[in-house]
Amino acid sequence: MPNAQAVAEAQAAFNRTELDERSLYLRRLIVDGLDGGGRGHLGSAFSAIDVMRVLYDDILHVDPNNPDMPDRDRCILSKGHGCLAHYAILADKGFFDTAELRKFCHFDGILGGHPDAGKVPGVEASTGALGHGPSIAVGMALGARLQGRDNRVFVVTGDGEINEGSVWEAAMSAGKHGLDNLVVIVDYNKHQSYASTAIVQDLEPLADKWRAFGFAVQEVDGHDVDAVRAVLQGVPFEKGKPNAVISHTVKGRGISFAENNMEWHHKSRVPAEQLEEIYRELGGR
Amino acid sequence: MRKTCLNMVYELAKRDPRVVFVGSDLGVNTLDQFRDEMPDRFFMEGVAEQNVIGMAAGLAMEGYIPYVNTIATFITRRCYEQVAVDLCMHNLPVKLIGNGGGLVYAPLGPTHLATEDVSIMRALPNMTVTAVSDAEEMTRLMAASLTHEGPMYIRLGKGGDPVVSREENGFSIGRAVQMKPAGRYLMISSGVMTGRALDAAKLLEDQGIDCGVLHVHTIKPLDAETILSLARKVDGIVTVEEGTLVGGLGSAVADLLIDEMPGRAPALVRLGIPDRFPEKYGSQDELLAHFGLQPAGIAAAVEGFVGKIAA
Repeated sequence: MPNAQAVAEAQAAFNRTELDERSLYLRRLIVDGLDGGGRGHLGSAFSAIDVMRVLYDDILHVDPNNPDMPDRDRCILSKGHGCLAHYAILADKGFFDTAELRKFCHFDGILGGHPDAGKVPGVEASTGALGHGPSIAVGMALGARLQGRDNRVFVVTGDGEINEGSVWEAAMSAGKHGLDNLVVIVDYNKHQSYASTAIVQDLEPLADKWRAFGFAVQEVDGHDVDAVRAVLQGVPFEKGKPNAVISHTVKGRGISFAENNMEWHHKSRVPAEQLEEIYRELGGR
Repeated sequence: MRKTCLNMVYELAKRDPRVVFVGSDLGVNTLDQFRDEMPDRFFMEGVAEQNVIGMAAGLAMEGYIPYVNTIATFITRRCYEQVAVDLCMHNLPVKLIGNGGGLVYAPLGPTHLATEDVSIMRALPNMTVTAVSDAEEMTRLMAASLTHEGPMYIRLGKGGDPVVSREENGFSIGRAVQMKPAGRYLMISSGVMTGRALDAAKLLEDQGIDCGVLHVHTIKPLDAETILSLARKVDGIVTVEEGTLVGGLGSAVADLLIDEMPGRAPALVRLGIPDRFPEKYGSQDELLAHFGLQPAGIAAAVEGFVGKIAA
């Protein structure tokens, strides 16, 4: 297995931080969505939620009461299947009522299995077909530059997602234009749908790839909110270069039996007793 | 037509600061004047159509009106998902200018022939699909495109196509133009086929067949009102298009007649490219003749059709 050891070492280099009450609370909101919708990409949402939390708590200049504010920072969850993480933090911030979460994927709900910008306040772009977010973000970053606005554009991708060639087309474009107002965050949980990224399509050396495309790169433990905050507060990492953050995460982080378990990439019809076990592990309902 | 179209992008950009140009890797000197005078709004992003479309979507979300240009096959096939999701789902005002619609790139073979561009663009919600007849009509389309809502596909012909459109006919996106009044029969054509349909109508006149020509520069949204009002008066309709018979203009007209005139629709025959990759090279004119889409071939097909109706 190519580079599996290197990946394991990189993972081990990051301490396993305890999840604090807010991280557990946001995970419970995600589970509310999973429960209400009867399905969801739980593992993908749990790996990304702490980064999403830091973005909305500490980094993004956004206003839930004025989601279209022209000078807001833009944030696109390009790995649209992880949308429960985005929905949880947007609901928590007041972009819409948390009660919507229980209507996830319902016929008349606004929260679909992939996010729709036309329906969900705070969602900048409809994603779900993988590999679209980075190019849209490049266009948004160019637009901000053209208009002389100093807002930033954040785009969170999956690791399986960056198998898509379009991601690297966008990376070339971002590098060419030196978009230091653009931040690509790779949620590197090392697992995709079929198996580990090392088996399906090895991404290593990942940081070097982004560097080669002209990005300034930082790596971080994506569950260590203090570390993530410190990294994102440092944007731009280098003037005149787009930013890439390799966020080392654990798929399904927070539920012992779901962590790194391919069965939990997407889950439907979770039995009631297992749901209770999940809530218990997350500190109760 | 192409030169006129791109020159109009330049003129529109001078008038409106929201207009930006995004190309892939176009020919040397393309829109040099635009690049020199408005460098901030000129992007040449390389052979990366997926990114070109996504980037245009991002710019449109920020309030810009991007005109995107590359070869018709690549702006439709190569980045179809980006066109569907990034442009159509978000209903963004991005104009896709496809060079060499239909059989223009005949010598280059099927990889470069945009024979199903109209069909696949037409299948996407919110997309407007256009194929004008000549350079003068292109000027009118481009002027109208600026304020048109949503994504639009603009199919380009080879250039130097005879001018058959007339200013006095007016121009409105979605409104068909009657080029020759309908007699007992009517041809409905789009793009550069309208010129050929008009020539075919003259040949038919000599045979005593009175066949009008309706020019449909906007294939979607189709001008249902005009087509239906004429369909009620004629015995037969012949659609003429430079594209596959699967899902193009002929299909659109057939759908309309079946849905709106059940049991009363006039006879219909569709002329276009059969469901196969063109097997010859040569020139656009040669390929059109090969598929019976030059005036003589069209006239012969109409004659045969008229004979069948009469029989």
